[in-house]
Amino acid sequence: MINFVLLISRQGKVRLTKWYSPYSQKERAKVIRELSGVILSRGPKLCKFVEWRGYKVVYRRYASLYFCMCIDSEDNELETLEIIHHFVEILDRYFGSVCELDLIFNFHKAYYILDEILIAGELQESSKKTVARLIAAQDSLVETAKEQADSISNVIAQVTK
Amino acid sequence: MALLSGMRGLSVFISDIRNCQNKEQERLRVDKELGNIRTRFKNEKSLAPNKKKKYVWKMLYIYMLGYDVDFGHMEAVSLISAPKYPEKQVGYIVTSCLLNENHDFLRMVINTVRNDIIGRNETFQCLALTMVGNIGGREFAESLAPDVQKLLISSSCRPLVRKKAALCLLRLYRKNLDVLRIDGWPDRMAQLLEERDLGVLTSVMSLLVALVSNDIDAYWNCLPKCVKVLERLARNQDVPQEYTYYGIPSPWLQVKTMRALQYFPTIEDPSTRRSLFEVLQRILMGTDVVKNVNKNNASHAVLFEALGLVMHLDAEKEMISQCVALLGKFISVREPNIRYLGLENMARMLLVADVQDIVKRHQAQIITSLKDPDISIRRRALDLLYAMCDVTNAKDIVEELLQYLSTADFAMREELALKAAILAEKFAPDLSWYVDVILQLIDKAGDFVSDDIWYRVVQFVTNNEDLQPYAAAKARDYLEKPALHETMVKVVAYILGEFGLLLARRPGCSPKEIFALINEKLPTVSTATIAILLSTYAKILMHSQPPDPELREQIWAVFRKYESYIDVEIQQRAIEYSVLSMKGAALMDILAEMPKFPERKSALLKKAEDAEVDTAEQSAVKLRSQQQMSNALVVTDQRPSNGPVAVSQPGPVKTPNQNVEVSLTYEGSINVNGTVNKTDVEPVPSSDLLGDLLVPLAIEGPPGTAVIQEQNLVSGSEVTPNSPDALALAILSDQANSIQPIVNIADRFHALCLTDSGVLYEDPYIQMGLKAEWRAHHGRLVLFLGNKNTSPLVSVQALILPPLHLKIEPSMVPETIPPRAQVQCPLEVVNVRASRDVAVLDFSYKFGTELVNVKLRLPAVLNKFLQPISVSAEEFFPQWKSLSGPPLKLQEVVKGVRPLSLLEMANLFTTLHLAVCPGLDTNPNNLVVSTTFYSESTQAMLCLVRVETDPSDRTQLRITIASGDPALTYELKEFIKEHMISAPATSPPPVPAPLQPHSTGVNDPGAMLAGLL
Repeated sequence: MINFVLLISRQGKVRLTKWYSPYSQKERAKVIRELSGVILSRGPKLCKFVEWRGYKVVYRRYASLYFCMCIDSEDNELETLEIIHHFVEILDRYFGSVCELDLIFNFHKAYYILDEILIAGELQESSKKTVARLIAAQDSLVETAKEQADSISNVIAQVTK
Repeated sequence: MALLSGMRGLSVFISDIRNCQNKEQERLRVDKELGNIRTRFKNEKSLAPNKKKKYVWKMLYIYMLGYDVDFGHMEAVSLISAPKYPEKQVGYIVTSCLLNENHDFLRMVINTVRNDIIGRNETFQCLALTMVGNIGGREFAESLAPDVQKLLISSSCRPLVRKKAALCLLRLYRKNLDVLRIDGWPDRMAQLLEERDLGVLTSVMSLLVALVSNDIDAYWNCLPKCVKVLERLARNQDVPQEYTYYGIPSPWLQVKTMRALQYFPTIEDPSTRRSLFEVLQRILMGTDVVKNVNKNNASHAVLFEALGLVMHLDAEKEMISQCVALLGKFISVREPNIRYLGLENMARMLLVADVQDIVKRHQAQIITSLKDPDISIRRRALDLLYAMCDVTNAKDIVEELLQYLSTADFAMREELALKAAILAEKFAPDLSWYVDVILQLIDKAGDFVSDDIWYRVVQFVTNNEDLQPYAAAKARDYLEKPALHETMVKVVAYILGEFGLLLARRPGCSPKEIFALINEKLPTVSTATIAILLSTYAKILMHSQPPDPELREQIWAVFRKYESYIDVEIQQRAIEYSVLSMKGAALMDILAEMPKFPERKSALLKKAEDAEVDTAEQSAVKLRSQQQMSNALVVTDQRPSNGPVAVSQPGPVKTPNQNVEVSLTYEGSINVNGTVNKTDVEPVPSSDLLGDLLVPLAIEGPPGTAVIQEQNLVSGSEVTPNSPDALALAILSDQANSIQPIVNIADRFHALCLTDSGVLYEDPYIQMGLKAEWRAHHGRLVLFLGNKNTSPLVSVQALILPPLHLKIEPSMVPETIPPRAQVQCPLEVVNVRASRDVAVLDFSYKFGTELVNVKLRLPAVLNKFLQPISVSAEEFFPQWKSLSGPPLKLQEVVKGVRPLSLLEMANLFTTLHLAVCPGLDTNPNNLVVSTTFYSESTQAMLCLVRVETDPSDRTQLRITIASGDPALTYELKEFIKEHMISAPATSPPPVPAPLQPHSTGVNDPGAMLAGLL
């Protein structure tokens, strides 16, 4: 099971955190500090697995961003490595060649998308097409609601003019 | 760059933050924003959900920056109840990011969440299922599981809801295993495994893995279905394009399915087995290294899982050797991920198959990996080297490890040192090599060498006469080094103290020279080491025959110096040695060489195993590896040459009491006049670590004792023999309970004898606390039985076996203890008369199919019926005189008591409910104590006690006890004696109790007590 997902930038800034195991706020901060220290200092030629507190952290670097997932020690590491890539491909498809800035200004989208890929620390959907479809549907729901709200406020504005 | 739609404020805020030059600016900007959000939340009570949403997002962003946003949790949670999708979505997502399952706020929304789940709105269902799947806790499990189940098996729900329901249910199941213990669920699972939609199937498979890891028996019907799924994927039948990943049919589902299969112990049905092996064969043969990283990873993820399954299935030899060949290839590749996994799986393979020889061919390669720049790889290489070591390659491997030790990272050194020490011990071609290795180990990595390692080498040297001159010479060589690690000083001093005389004829090895060399270290070492050095000096002094006046003067000077040392222990040692050394010839007997250690399993191995067990999850491979570990061979010490069992009763034997004071009884067995005596050094908190040295060193008696004790050890219990504590434990372990207590039962009992509340017993499933109140000869004990689990404990039984002097009125214990519940079980106790017998609680319960049965002593002991009373001289003396002699007044000289200062002794009496009456005895070395004893037969009865101590020998004292009841006088005297001597000294039973068949003891309180006492 994936215990948590972390996105950290090269500078150690947190871009996304998702905790599937119960960590308190204090523990979360400590984990992030500890792991960014370990992972950011690893060279590019090393393997992508770090043994940490009896768990394994599987990570992958994309440009300036590190995607890290912490799994139980007996879980399949390579499988997790490809869950990361699966997530990245979906982000890429959604944003169109995704970059760190997309994830900064649209961090909420990253959370929606992650929720369509993982639940309870397990992979939920391995079809990129299905995920894209579901996200698009959500977006349009939000859009429609906004239009409705806009039109109502227009009406109100008209009336109260 | 995509902009946040309709949330300009948020974009501006993020830009501002990005433009901050430093952390301080960022903090100011964040504080300003937080202030703004707070005012909004506070002032605009009726803030419309669509407005609130923006602020909640901002909060999440600020939270990611590392700031505290606790004040806004409520607002995020409140959005969950918003009527419209956009706000609800924000509420669900932000809540599941900010809170964890233990947060109280979540309780408030359980109803809303439930309404969303059972409602008709599919999108709301998805949001709710996702949040519960990510942060749902126990309460969610209890209230929502049935609804979520319905969604999963509903035929009208679309896959997008059902896959979420499957994983949501998985989460709830993890929180409470009972939610899926329902009739017919295994059949439902089997049906679900026929699902066509691969998204749903992936989620269902994750759920199945969790189910079979906990309860394999119910899910046998799923086994063929899993094989079908695997076949479907492997043959790429009916797999839509969107579910292939770089040309591989859902690698994740393949991995999950093979993981589920690894929980089934075997596959019996031949055709299923055949199909599965075909698939596995295809994976093993058909996976090639390709250029595309992602494809390569995905195919190897499947391959490694297949390897795991093959190892688990005890496949044919041919297939195993195929796997080994593959792994051999992997551990030599450059690609670090694959090499890492190759090393990891090779070590696993060694545990299940006899492939030592093939692995050995790669030894050089593996040693190279030990020097890899990547610590992850080095760790795996170390593990593999450890696993593949045997007699033929031990020398090479251990020397490689030693060499690596000087350059290894600090993070690895301790593990490295421990592993090198274990291997050296397990596979030493000759013992002098072993001594070399350990000394080098201490020399190179003293900080990382735990005490067990040097204790062990001392044991070996003591037990092997041939080794002693060699070890002494080695130790002498190390003394030449300018800087010695303190651990090395300890070992060297110990060895030279014991065996230095074997070198006496060599140049530079006279007692005087050795003393001078060791004494150089004295100023810089810690207290614990000083204690060892003082003993060494005493031994050197004894060895210098004929006595060398100059050396004696030097050593006496040291003793004199430490007679006023700040540490009491050192003081005592210095004084005792100094006085002893003046006794001349008697010194020879007193400081005789240490007796041999009984043969036993290495503490190091135990330590390594414990570490394994700690991290173990329920995985098939791990379980196996544990079994393997405990079968590990141990180099045994030479058997003591004492011949067969000595039948005669040995002299008084003292064993250290495990709870009261765990101390390392050191070499100086000061045997003044035949009574047992010991000097304690280094109080150490844990008995486990020291267990190894502790046991034998405490044996001070004729050699026959050692043999008897050894027999006890052989019979399987690794506990201090001869003491009742040990037997209590032995009886426990004899019942083959697979569930072991996680507290020391004897310790708990002893602790509760002195206090009135605490834990009496605990194992992974149950905790039994005890609270007691005592009034005169009545007592009320309440047992608190707490189920630590998420499933009920059944067939709970608590049977009291009271001794004759106690009337115990038990109350009913419910047969079932519900999950996480605590039940109370009060007991009324009446004391009829004085006795030291102990009531026994025969307690049993069932967890799943496992029956746990323990016998626990109840702390309704003599001192509980005592009430301290202070008496004046006017009250005391007439009483004391009127009780003139036996049987009402008894006197005894007790020898071999724990050396206690008067203050410590007074404290001991106070904890036993005896009041110290100062000023009654004019001799300051004596103590007078008094108390009232309550029982049905005697009612309140005054007891008077006088203890006379000898300041020159704290190990003996005279005790006089008087009361109006002969039985009471006798029992109280014995009771106090037991507490004065650290462990109640009983002679060893002629037949080791652990060998008795368990059944005889079950319903027979007498037998039970005989065993316990």
